Amino acid sequence: MSRITREEVANLARLARLDLAESELDEYAQQLEIILESVAKVSEVSTKDVKPMSHATGLVNIFREDITKESLKREEILRSAPATEDDRFRVPRILDEE
Amino acid sequence: MSDLTKLSALELSSELTKGSVSAVEVTKAHLDRIESLDKTVQSFLHVDKTGAIKQAEEVDKNRKEKKKVSSLAGVPLALKDVLTQKCVPTTCGSKILEGWIPPYDSTVVKNLKNAGIVILGKTNMDEFAMGSSTENSAYFPTKNPWDLTKIPGGSSGGSSAAVSAFFAPLAIGTDTGGSIRQPAAVTGIVGAKPSYGGVSRFGLVAFASSLDQAGPFARTVLDCAMLHEVMAGHDPLDSTSINQPVPDVVSAAKLQDVKGMKIGIIKELGGKGWQTGVLNRFNESVELLKSMGAQVKEISIPHSLYALATYYLIAPSEASSNLARFDGMRYGLRVDDGNLSAEEVMNKTREKGFGKEVKRRIMIGTYALSSGYYDAYYAQAQKVRALIAQDLTNAFKEVDVLISPTSPTTAWGLGERVNDPMAMYLADLATLPPSLAGIPAMSVPIGLADEDQLPVGLQIVAPFMNDDRMYRVGGAIEASLKSKWNGLLIDQVPALGGGK
Repeated sequence: MSRITREEVANLARLARLDLAESELDEYAQQLEIILESVAKVSEVSTKDVKPMSHATGLVNIFREDITKESLKREEILRSAPATEDDRFRVPRILDEE
Repeated sequence: MSDLTKLSALELSSELTKGSVSAVEVTKAHLDRIESLDKTVQSFLHVDKTGAIKQAEEVDKNRKEKKKVSSLAGVPLALKDVLTQKCVPTTCGSKILEGWIPPYDSTVVKNLKNAGIVILGKTNMDEFAMGSSTENSAYFPTKNPWDLTKIPGGSSGGSSAAVSAFFAPLAIGTDTGGSIRQPAAVTGIVGAKPSYGGVSRFGLVAFASSLDQAGPFARTVLDCAMLHEVMAGHDPLDSTSINQPVPDVVSAAKLQDVKGMKIGIIKELGGKGWQTGVLNRFNESVELLKSMGAQVKEISIPHSLYALATYYLIAPSEASSNLARFDGMRYGLRVDDGNLSAEEVMNKTREKGFGKEVKRRIMIGTYALSSGYYDAYYAQAQKVRALIAQDLTNAFKEVDVLISPTSPTTAWGLGERVNDPMAMYLADLATLPPSLAGIPAMSVPIGLADEDQLPVGLQIVAPFMNDDRMYRVGGAIEASLKSKWNGLLIDQVPALGGGK
């Protein structure tokens, strides 16, 4: 098990879109290391030829007819949006200014 | 009429059907009790007084007009704040969803409303159902009515506390790794996790989609079964919903007979590290089952020793993906000073909106799914999951149900484990194997531990879509203990605020 460094936590936070405070990095580094060390126990199990299980039902590909149905009302959905404009979600700029 | 809040759902149903009491009276009695006593327990995040009374009036009107109503029509219920109810706030115990008003009903809520069940409000929970104590709620911790300095279990601790505090005879929880069964155990009530796919997940805010399952809480096994029957059933809006008839849990709960049933004790769940009082009550239940004519033997589920590690890889992995939707763009919190890019807004919103445990699990999941670690962690965990499920399938070739204590300890003190995530995770030791296999399991109260006089639960595990079998065993145990104690275990709960 490799040790979890501050840098690694910072990288995980970046991947997970979490703007962690500097002070949180050490705390998480320590906790994640303990947790990851413990869950690494799965590597003790011999799993040769075992098929991974992703869920319990065994169901695959549930189809339905492609028919138009009434959906939720626009104003009800937009009512809880942080910002709206012209009946749409208003979001911050996505592209950098050039 | 005696205190309406003391009655079971079945008793209320009978009074309501006879017309000796109205749904509005029943609802108001529970709302009054919540108003005067929930400040000490803190089980509700939101009480929907107006909505509940309106629902109750509707039920009374239908009964008066001799319209056909379900047997539970007019019986009040507490709903975990992870299921959407149209026009009622849903927070999942998180600041990131504070103020969100869902525009639709979850299928569970739709089923409850169709049955005329009155929804009193939304109960507290660990943020996004991540936790075993309800202390991870971003709002406040909930107290255990048996001892207000103890945790009510989690993540459905608001629901378990509401039922054990007699704020509602019924409640809904969700169970991903034990979040119904463990809270039921530590508050001395009944709680069931149905077979995965037995109850629709539509409108259940996702934590770990391959494990999440909503289920019932009640003070009696039969009440629990009646609610189970109402909630369950096929739903085209959930593609993992099972298209089969709901197992006849209500008849099974009424049987009160285990003669000839083969019951397996899970060998790995018990022994060193488990609280003595928990094991004592468990061993007594085993003797009780034997005396009622069940054939009991020990069975090994060898890979159950790896359930904790497997679960704490799979659940966080799924969570890290599911919680990506909370990006501050469409609903809930947005942290924005007007000059930030979308990515900066996301980063700051998620940092501010999520609590510590949620961030911890998102990072664990992100780690387990990242390239270079995926095969060793996530893929390996999925394979071990298959082996655990296989062990359980093999066990059911020999026995009808499996049993274990629900949790290694009774309720611990508030604050005791908040800074030690691994200690918190250990509470799920016994509840995880059935969760990973997707099979049904329930907890029924079997007494108080000698050391601390706090409730102990018995976990009963059944094969996939044979949920009725656990109710049969649960009902039989309850009936036998009830005659021994001259009442239910929950009748021994101390009075809240001087008087029940």
